[in-house]
Amino acid sequence: MSRYFRAEISANIPLNDNHNLLSLTNLDPMDEPEPGQFYMVEVNQGYDPLLKRAFSLFRRTAEGIQILYRIQGKGTAILRNLKEGAVIRILGPLGNGYPAAPEEAIPVILAGGIGIASVFPLIERFAGKAYVLYGARTGGDLFMIDELRGLSKELHLCTDDGSCSEKGNVVGLLHSLCASRSSCLDHVKVYACGPKVMLREAAKVVSSNCIKAWFSLEEHMACGIGACLGCVTKIKSARPGEEQAFEYQRVCKEGPVFDAEDIVW
Amino acid sequence: MQRISSGRDMTPNLEVTIGSLRLKNPVMTASGTFGYGEEYAEFMDLNALGAIVVKGLSLKPKEGNPPPRIVETASGMLNSIGLQNIGIERFIHDKLPFLRRFDTPVVVNFFGDSVDEYAAATARLDGIDGIHALEMNISCPNKQAGWAVFGTDPKVTCEVVGAVRKRTSLPLIVKLSPNVTDIALMARVAEDSGADALSLINTLTGMAIDIRTRRPKLANIRGGLSGPAIKPVAIRMIYDVFRAVKIPIIGMGGIMNAGDALEFMMAGASAVAVGTANFINPRTAVEVVAGLATFMEREQVKEIRSLTGAAHAG
Repeated sequence: MSRYFRAEISANIPLNDNHNLLSLTNLDPMDEPEPGQFYMVEVNQGYDPLLKRAFSLFRRTAEGIQILYRIQGKGTAILRNLKEGAVIRILGPLGNGYPAAPEEAIPVILAGGIGIASVFPLIERFAGKAYVLYGARTGGDLFMIDELRGLSKELHLCTDDGSCSEKGNVVGLLHSLCASRSSCLDHVKVYACGPKVMLREAAKVVSSNCIKAWFSLEEHMACGIGACLGCVTKIKSARPGEEQAFEYQRVCKEGPVFDAEDIVW
Repeated sequence: MQRISSGRDMTPNLEVTIGSLRLKNPVMTASGTFGYGEEYAEFMDLNALGAIVVKGLSLKPKEGNPPPRIVETASGMLNSIGLQNIGIERFIHDKLPFLRRFDTPVVVNFFGDSVDEYAAATARLDGIDGIHALEMNISCPNKQAGWAVFGTDPKVTCEVVGAVRKRTSLPLIVKLSPNVTDIALMARVAEDSGADALSLINTLTGMAIDIRTRRPKLANIRGGLSGPAIKPVAIRMIYDVFRAVKIPIIGMGGIMNAGDALEFMMAGASAVAVGTANFINPRTAVEVVAGLATFMEREQVKEIRSLTGAAHAG
């Protein structure tokens, strides 16, 4: 049962008021994660909150894994207070990550807010090849900038309030990038994770430029392993001849990464 | 001293029967929380379970309700999945062959949108190799308003259970709704209409509102509440139903561990089903089996079935 393991917290460091970086050392054998996969993490032993919390893999380390998380509710508030040495149970890695890219691919990676956590391991995998467009509300919500600069071919930052770098959003950056390279978009592949409104707008840009793209989605989730059917999202129906234009697919099992063309907004 | 040594030699007998269905232990999985079994195979030996109850099926596939379908509440969760399922045909062809590999009875949970559909679904499921019992769902809180009559109007319950009974010789379990005034009455109606056993309780109708958006949190507005929050309600209902009927009860509603399972049995359940807990710890059901054996050894209980209804004694 290597996808259900115990891990010890080796660090749980605040990055700002409401974001922490959690470092975990696995105590049981663990499956190797792929960029874009996620974990269901136990935040407490009692019944309130009841469910595990879903977090993207942020980084595979020599000791285990790291998770970059935003404190936004009861569960993450409890997680923030867990100290070094605490042992928690984790389910994962779960779901389908970002697909492998052909050698000639020109990867363009979009991250909105905490979406950086999902695409970070992908940026690492592309090792200096990726154009990274990263935005957040304010400059204080942009993380790992120095590392990202080292890992990217080009790093473009933006914030909603203009407090750091350019004022604007990553979809605007994608638009500019497409416009500046309009003659040679053939090999561009877009990978994105962020708020739904950002992904929806990004879908329009990639679609109008005929760019292949994969987006990581988020939904309320109970089990993480495809049993509860709670986390579904509308996906264009693959079954020929069916009247209905969409079917519900599980973000935890068929996703969280979907072909952008297939997502029904 | 003698008592301790005899306890060490004693092998507890966890076997129970539900009508003609023999289970090696009383721990089942609640429908809708265990997929079609394969989702959990990597986390446990499915042979260790008393029975597997699969996600509710209908003749035709159902797409279910729009998201968000899940809301966590204090010690519980609301769901409005809406009985999304792959349909009976795909279950038989794609999922059942996997389940046949295990020495664990498969209970198929099913539903229809009319008495005729219930009857047709039963006829299709009857006699299929690898299906050991049927559990008819007349109590989903996430169907349209009119559908609730199957589980809340005694006349309709009588009609639909009777129609299903005529079309199968498999053990027939009727899953009851807790969203009624008198659960004992509904239990008697199901018994009189031909049920071999009863499952209770299904989820309690509930709702949650987002105070920021001032809108219901679930897209479908209402959902079914499950998890440890509903356990005391389930225990009370099983206690009442045990006194009202002769057929066995499968108890469920917030079981998180062996202690909870024992409480259900003492209230009157012959077997139990682990539901929401499967989402939190995928190994819960087998851990409950182990916990029951440990309890029996410690308490010198030879036959687990002797605990059924223990709370009613005296």
